[in-house]
Amino acid sequence: MKKYAKTHEWVKVDGKIATVGITNFAQDKLGDVVYVDLPQVGKEVKKGTAFMSIESVKAASDIYAPVSGKVVQVNTKLNDQPELVNKDPEGEGWLVKIEMVNQAELNDLLDEEAYKKLCEEEG
Amino acid sequence: MKRTPLYENHIVLNAKMVDFAGWEMPIQYESITNEVMSVRKNIGIFDVSHMGEILIEGDDTAKFVDYLLTNSFGSMKIGQVMYTTMCNEKGGIIDDLLTYRLGENRAMLVVNAANTQKDFNWIVEKSATFNVKVSDLSMDYGLIAVQGPTSEEFLRRFAPDVINLSYYTFASYTIFGKYCIISRTGYTGEDGFEIYCKWNDTPFIWEELLTRGENFSVKPAGLGARDVCRLEASYMLYGNDMDENTTPLEAGLSWVVKFEKDFIGKENLLKQKEEGLKKRIRGLEILDKKIARHGMEIFKNGEKVGVITSGTFSPTLGKSIALAMLDSQLKISDEVEVDIRGTRVKARIVKLPFYRGSVKIS
Repeated sequence: MKKYAKTHEWVKVDGKIATVGITNFAQDKLGDVVYVDLPQVGKEVKKGTAFMSIESVKAASDIYAPVSGKVVQVNTKLNDQPELVNKDPEGEGWLVKIEMVNQAELNDLLDEEAYKKLCEEEG
Repeated sequence: MKRTPLYENHIVLNAKMVDFAGWEMPIQYESITNEVMSVRKNIGIFDVSHMGEILIEGDDTAKFVDYLLTNSFGSMKIGQVMYTTMCNEKGGIIDDLLTYRLGENRAMLVVNAANTQKDFNWIVEKSATFNVKVSDLSMDYGLIAVQGPTSEEFLRRFAPDVINLSYYTFASYTIFGKYCIISRTGYTGEDGFEIYCKWNDTPFIWEELLTRGENFSVKPAGLGARDVCRLEASYMLYGNDMDENTTPLEAGLSWVVKFEKDFIGKENLLKQKEEGLKKRIRGLEILDKKIARHGMEIFKNGEKVGVITSGTFSPTLGKSIALAMLDSQLKISDEVEVDIRGTRVKARIVKLPFYRGSVKIS
C-alpha cells in the first residue's frame, strides 16, 4: 500500500514499518540533490514535523514525517549517491524506515489518485 | 512580468521558468549540475537579454563617465570593455557593470536587470551639468552569452574574426546574416563571448547556435547554472554579495577603483582606504556537505564575525563553497563556524578564486 502526504512524501507500508521517500513530483521541483541530511537511527519523529532535510543546488528543503514513530533504518547509500533521490525517488532513492506507533495516522494520507490531483493543482 | 525575446524558445525547451527581478527567466532546462558541466567542458549558452543597456553619447562622454564610475573610462581605447562599479556619494555600490567604449564620445553601460531603472535615473540625474545624452536601449537589444572552453573554436565557424578579440574587447559582426556586436566577456570563469543583437533577431541567432552547435555539445544553460559558475569563479553578485551598503573595497573590488581621478564616492572610499577596512568579502570552504546560504551567520569562538553572502555546492570542485562578508581581522586558512539552520558547521577561509577556468586573460 502506497500513500502520500500533502507535503510530497510517499509512504509504503509493510506491517508496522513505513518506508518513506519524496515523490517524483517533489524531486523534480527540488532539482539536483547534492546532500541528504539523514536522521540518526532511533530518532523519534512526530507526524507533520520536519525531521530531516535535503539540499539541492537551489535550496535546502525540510522533509516532514508522514507518520509518527521511530526511525529504524536510513538509506546510507544516499551519503555517497544523493542523486539517487533524483534518479529513482520512489525506489532506490528512499530515505528512511519508520516503525509506526499509530497506524490510524495512515488514514490522513492521500491515495494515489488524490495525490495526482494535488500535483496537478500545484503545477 | 517582462519577457525576453527568447521566452518562447525557453518554453519549447521545457525550461523551468522563475521570476527574476521582474523578468520571467529560465532557471534550468534539465539539470543545473549538467548545465554547469557543459559550460566547464564544452559550451553553455545563456539568455541574458534581461540585462540593461544604457547609451551615453555627447561631447562630455569621457568626462562624465569617468565621474560616474570608479574605474577609468578615459584610459580605454575604442573597442575595449571594462568591468567597474558605480557608487553613490557614500561609496556604496549602486551597481556593478560593464562599460563598452563604442567611440570617442560614445559609451554603452551594461547593467544588472534588477537595477536598470534605478541606474538609468541615477545616470540621468548626474548628467545634468554635462553635455551628454543618456538613452535606455534595454528593450532594443537581446543578449546571448556563449561560454565554455571551446567557444572560440565554435564561433569562428560563423565569425572567423573573433579569433582577434582579446579578453574584454569587442567588435561588430554579421553572423547568420544578422548584425551584432560580439565581446569576449562573460561571467562564468570560462573563455566565452557575449552577442548583442537586435531584439527581434535574438530567437533566430539562438536557434542557429543550438542547431549548428551539435558537434560542439552546445547546451542551453539557465540562471541556476549561471549562479553556480559565477560563484565558483568568485565573481560577485549584486544584491547578494554587494549592495548600496557595501563599498568596492569591502567587496574585494579595489582594482576597479582609480583614485587618481575624480568620481562620485571618491572621498569616502579614500577615507575608508586610509582608515582600513572593518569587514571584507572572503571565500569559505565548508568542511561538510551542507550548503551555506545567503544571510546565514558566521561565528568564531562563539562571537559573530560575519555573514554568508552567497553559497552553493560546487559540482566542479565537489564541495560546498561560499562568499562571506567577514571581520577583516580574519585571515586565510582561519577556521570559523557557519550556523546552518541551527547547526554550527566548520568552514575554512580560503584564497579566491575557488576555481580558475579557461578565461584567457592577456
